[in-house]
Amino acid sequence: MSTPYAKLPAWADYGLIPLINLAVAFIVAGFVVLLVGENPFRAAVILVEGAFGKGTGIAFTLFYATTFIFTGLSVAVAAHCGLFNIGTEGQAYIAGLGIAIVCLSFDSVLPWWLTFPMAIVASALVGALWALIPAYLQARRGSHIVITTIMFNFIAASIMVYLLVGPLKPAGSQAPQTRNFLAGAELPKLNWIIELFGAKIRSAPLNVTFLLALLMAFLVWLLIWRTKLGYEMRTYGHSPKAARYAGISETRIIITAMMISGALAGMMALNPVMGDQHNVAIDFVSGAGFVGIAVALMGRLHPVGIVLAAVLFGMLYQGGAELAFEMPAISRDMIVIIQGLVILFAGALEHMFRPYIQALFASFSPRSVGMEAVKGKGA
Amino acid sequence: MDVFIAIVQILDSTIRLSVPLLLACLAGLFSERSGIFDIGLEGKMLVGAFAGAAAASVFHSAFIGLGMAILISVAFAMVHGFASITHRGNQIVSGVAINFIAAGSTIILGQAWFQQGGRTPALQPGERFDAIVWPGAEAVRDVPIIGPIYAELISGHSLLVYLAFLMVPFTWWVLFRTRFGLRLRAVGENPAAVDTAGISVAWLRYRALICTGILTGVAGAYLSMVQNGGFVKDMTAGKGYIALAALIFAKWKPVNAMFACLLFGFLDAAAIRLQGSPLPIIGKVPVQFMQALPYILTVILLAGFIGKAIPPRAGGVPYVKER
Repeated sequence: MSTPYAKLPAWADYGLIPLINLAVAFIVAGFVVLLVGENPFRAAVILVEGAFGKGTGIAFTLFYATTFIFTGLSVAVAAHCGLFNIGTEGQAYIAGLGIAIVCLSFDSVLPWWLTFPMAIVASALVGALWALIPAYLQARRGSHIVITTIMFNFIAASIMVYLLVGPLKPAGSQAPQTRNFLAGAELPKLNWIIELFGAKIRSAPLNVTFLLALLMAFLVWLLIWRTKLGYEMRTYGHSPKAARYAGISETRIIITAMMISGALAGMMALNPVMGDQHNVAIDFVSGAGFVGIAVALMGRLHPVGIVLAAVLFGMLYQGGAELAFEMPAISRDMIVIIQGLVILFAGALEHMFRPYIQALFASFSPRSVGMEAVKGKGA
Repeated sequence: MDVFIAIVQILDSTIRLSVPLLLACLAGLFSERSGIFDIGLEGKMLVGAFAGAAAASVFHSAFIGLGMAILISVAFAMVHGFASITHRGNQIVSGVAINFIAAGSTIILGQAWFQQGGRTPALQPGERFDAIVWPGAEAVRDVPIIGPIYAELISGHSLLVYLAFLMVPFTWWVLFRTRFGLRLRAVGENPAAVDTAGISVAWLRYRALICTGILTGVAGAYLSMVQNGGFVKDMTAGKGYIALAALIFAKWKPVNAMFACLLFGFLDAAAIRLQGSPLPIIGKVPVQFMQALPYILTVILLAGFIGKAIPPRAGGVPYVKER
């Protein structure tokens, strides 16, 4: 993405500006809290305490973060290739189908450590296939990926509703969900890690998927910055023309990037399905795919940033639940507003404060914004 | 005769269901024709619906409600403009942001102000737009064929329904017969040329977005003040996205937009009417399939299997003057 603005030092670009954007998003959210008639500072304290105050809170925060790491990485991989994958939601939803097939078939015969790898493959595969069609249409038919992935979100939702109220629902049950998985498809909890630090945990769904998420973050970093494929993807993302000129196949790169993105989105489903609810229910993704957009933008498309942003959003989700408990006027939907504001200020308005910061830097140290080089040339 | 009555009833609900789609679709038409992608139709409809129902129930006037719906919806459109025109941000990101802010704030504010679980109070008569019964509608009801068509289909809708369908020729006239429309289309195809002619690209696009805001506001008001007697959380339920699909289906043309919205409205009406009861020849069709059909059709169209949908050329690209 080329910006019509001059350079800033890296720490300002990757640290200061996102922080300012985030701060502005929270200030505006604070005004909404004020409008509702509550004290924003007290709300912030409750939120942070709810997320990090107790061991259980931390475990829940990390559980939500796991989900958002996957969706954030999914959005980021596509974005590096210049593609806006807004279909993470649908890819994750339909991947629940792959997991359901594996878990319902093997949960009574195999232990979790055999079911889990199969479920990983199934979820990634289904997610990738769901991303394949929009990718193909973008690459070969020129239909806009944003529109097709939105359409595919709705189609995925229709298919899942059809299956969950029909074929996948156990006979005699009213709830639109699969039967509960047996022990062979329940993932072990990771709460003991937090308990090592002396905290007490009542019951929290933090599970091994968290480690898988961290592994994927590392692999995505490896892919984007240390492999030929990643280089090609970034080239195409920066300039499709340059990529074409360099002999990179447009079709191949778009389809590969979208399938990786879809696979990451699909793996997200493992966390709530196998780690927490132990069944596939209607709308189990519940917007996590869209949170991924905020997480990816907040994390500046870098895995480290994404993990941090995912923890931040995990904190908002967990703390937000506590907040709704303490302040009845504020429900969990407050998070949706904050999410929207973060997307607005860290995404669409990311350059709003840039000129001011640039001017500030230029007045203190012209060298940091590259002005010296220009002067040198003139002399 | 029963079949005929059933068909008239389905067509009647087709009209009712396609009105919000049509208004949102025309809204999207203004913005996309000017080169601004607008994923945020959904969110703007939602805030319009909320503001309309809230204002109508507080001030006891349907028209104040409508005005407030338009005002708030335009304000959200201006946020989109500020991000994507003034600050040249990513238009899709901005639209997504608007949808989230709308979804969250309507629930939070609704709960804080009215304490009814995110709903607004049920609107009383006079606070919502009532059906307009055309002269002689009751008298001709029993006349075969023409009677039901006149009494059910043509008469008996609210003001906003007629307004929505009048907006179709009006939009066509604005876009294709006025100077503003010519410039608006030009700025969506080649903003540099418009700029060279000494016309402000930014101001033109802002005006297009004002039109978008007005129309999404009316669409929202229709949802909460005509179709439903009050605001319910998340009441747009994806209609903004269906409108977007209809816009593509219509190839960015007003009259086509009307037919696309009627088609999608018909699919919705038929799905509700059938509720899984078997059709002749085809057999039983799952409701979910009918609901997914607009999206499937749009994807097929986008894939170029039924004609080709070519978007405005400068769509989604922020205009940078100095390069």
